[in-house]
Amino acid sequence: MLKYIAKRVMISVITILIILAALFTMLHSMPGSPFNDEKITEVQRANLEAKYGLDQPLPVQFGNYLKAMLTGDFGVSYVIQKNMPISELLRARIPVSIRIGLQAVILGSVIGLLMGILAALKRNSPIDTSATVISVIGVAFPSYVFAMAMSYFIGFRLGWLPLLYSTTEAMRSTVMPTISLSFFSMATVARFARTEMVDVMGSDYMLLADSKGISSFRLLGVHGLRNALIPIVTVLAPLTVELMTGSLVVEQIFAIPGIGSLLVSAIQFNDYNVVLAVVFVYSVMFIAVMLAVDILYGVIDPRIRLAKEDG
Amino acid sequence: MMTAKQYAASVEREDFVLANRHDLGVDKVYGSQSFWRDALGRFVKNKGAVFGLVMIVLIVIMAFAGPALSGYDYRTQDMAQRNLPPHVAGWESVPFFSGVSTDYSSGTPVRTDMYELKGIRDVTHIFGTDALGRDQFARVWTGTRVSLYVALVAILIDTFIGMSFGLVSGYFGGRVDFFLQRIVEILSTIPTTVIVTLLIVVMKPGLASITIALMITEWIGMSRVTRAQTLRLKEQEFVLASRTLGESTPAIIFREILPNIFGQIIVMCMMTIPNAIFTEAFLAFIGLGIPAPLASLGSLISDGFKSMTMYPFLVAWPVIVLALLMLSFNLMADGLRDAFDPKMKEM
Repeated sequence: MLKYIAKRVMISVITILIILAALFTMLHSMPGSPFNDEKITEVQRANLEAKYGLDQPLPVQFGNYLKAMLTGDFGVSYVIQKNMPISELLRARIPVSIRIGLQAVILGSVIGLLMGILAALKRNSPIDTSATVISVIGVAFPSYVFAMAMSYFIGFRLGWLPLLYSTTEAMRSTVMPTISLSFFSMATVARFARTEMVDVMGSDYMLLADSKGISSFRLLGVHGLRNALIPIVTVLAPLTVELMTGSLVVEQIFAIPGIGSLLVSAIQFNDYNVVLAVVFVYSVMFIAVMLAVDILYGVIDPRIRLAKEDG
Repeated sequence: MMTAKQYAASVEREDFVLANRHDLGVDKVYGSQSFWRDALGRFVKNKGAVFGLVMIVLIVIMAFAGPALSGYDYRTQDMAQRNLPPHVAGWESVPFFSGVSTDYSSGTPVRTDMYELKGIRDVTHIFGTDALGRDQFARVWTGTRVSLYVALVAILIDTFIGMSFGLVSGYFGGRVDFFLQRIVEILSTIPTTVIVTLLIVVMKPGLASITIALMITEWIGMSRVTRAQTLRLKEQEFVLASRTLGESTPAIIFREILPNIFGQIIVMCMMTIPNAIFTEAFLAFIGLGIPAPLASLGSLISDGFKSMTMYPFLVAWPVIVLALLMLSFNLMADGLRDAFDPKMKEM
């Protein structure tokens, strides 16, 4: 087990280093220097470069860069909010994004689980068919299709919920983004829960438990669901990916002040420092989730761990 | 009273039902069929998959014939006909194509027949016109071509990069496999969004950079499946036999192993397509798509979204086409997966 965890952690660390190296290379290949003002003399330029450590050899600069990025010092924004430290920009925005993401995952998983279980219990009934249709649509349609449809019909035509995010109505503002982001989680979880539940329901231990005469509530809740739930951890990785790309677009549609919309506006205004910082934060979050999922798998199901140790 | 004989005669076969085992099937005996016929039979029985296939064919036809049908092209601007709602001459009574635009911004809907107002009742714009007076029907179908191009690119990437990577890694094993698998592991730990976004920020947005971005990210799933299948097959007797007979390595890979994993490869290709189309549409939406005056579904959606409350028809049609396209490819991929390899269903 320890060996497995150590290997996973190693890969994550290497990946973060590679991402940082890529970001560093990009930073250096950007055209122009902050000091190419014609009024600056050679001496002044040398002084400035010394001040910012630009006169040092590249490996040393890379070391400094690593230290700065890993301690959360991302530099300042040039365009979006001039000279505002990016870490402060992020500090205000990360909670908003995480809140909507978490809400979406929770809502999606709960509804998805219910749908999947119902579909498995009433196999080949209209409930099952409609659950399948909903989950195919949920997986196939990008989340912005739902976001736009809701924002037009519910937000604009009916006026039930705020069309754009407002901090005074934070709770109500997050309803539509949460729902539109949750469709994918719902669909994936429902699909998975149905398959697992069908598997578990057909197993011998369920037949035994049923013939012992325990209540159907205990049968489903204790014997069925618990075993069906284990492999659902597998869905977590694709869900995070979808939530991250989804949030970029959905935050844009509802004008939510999160990191997704920050990245989009940074791209549009060519604010490279901000782009690199957000990309880094995204990668670290993603890698952390992947690592957690991998370790969870290993704890829950030794077979996976052993297979991966061999490979 | 019924005698035992009468009773026996009155009992029908249907009176006996297996209790509580609804999942029991009756075994059928099938005639022997080739692998492909078998798969075809299963595919045709799958309603969703057939629907997907038909929709894809229709969309492909429209993507090539659509712009010509409308009589406009995607780039000609007409400042006299800006933001016109969908209208087909002579269809004034048909709800969505009447040419009437409704303004909801004041609370009570205000209806105006834009074509009447401008005195151009005989002009047809099936999906309306955009902010520069370009025909949206021509633009939507021209934009669909970009999505189809991306689908094609995804297939090529899958077969050329993903498949060869998986075959080499799986067949040669050992140090080659170790090295290649570390590359896959690291690439799959970096979120696709990040790779794609960074790449396009560095390069100029356009079809070429989208293609390169897809080339870096879209082959990983395929290489995994191919590798796993190759690992399984290379230990089998028929491979050993042809090696003993002195077959060369490329011949073993291409003549013995590849034909046996073709089903899975087709399925993986189909699964990559919706991903690739989505990536393009997503990039276009956040402003990294192909530059104007060219259009893709994503860039049309992104442009239309800016005036969604005033001109909802501008965003509605590209969204509908994109959604249908994604749905059809997904349904077809699911259908192919069930057809080629029923066991893969639960993956």
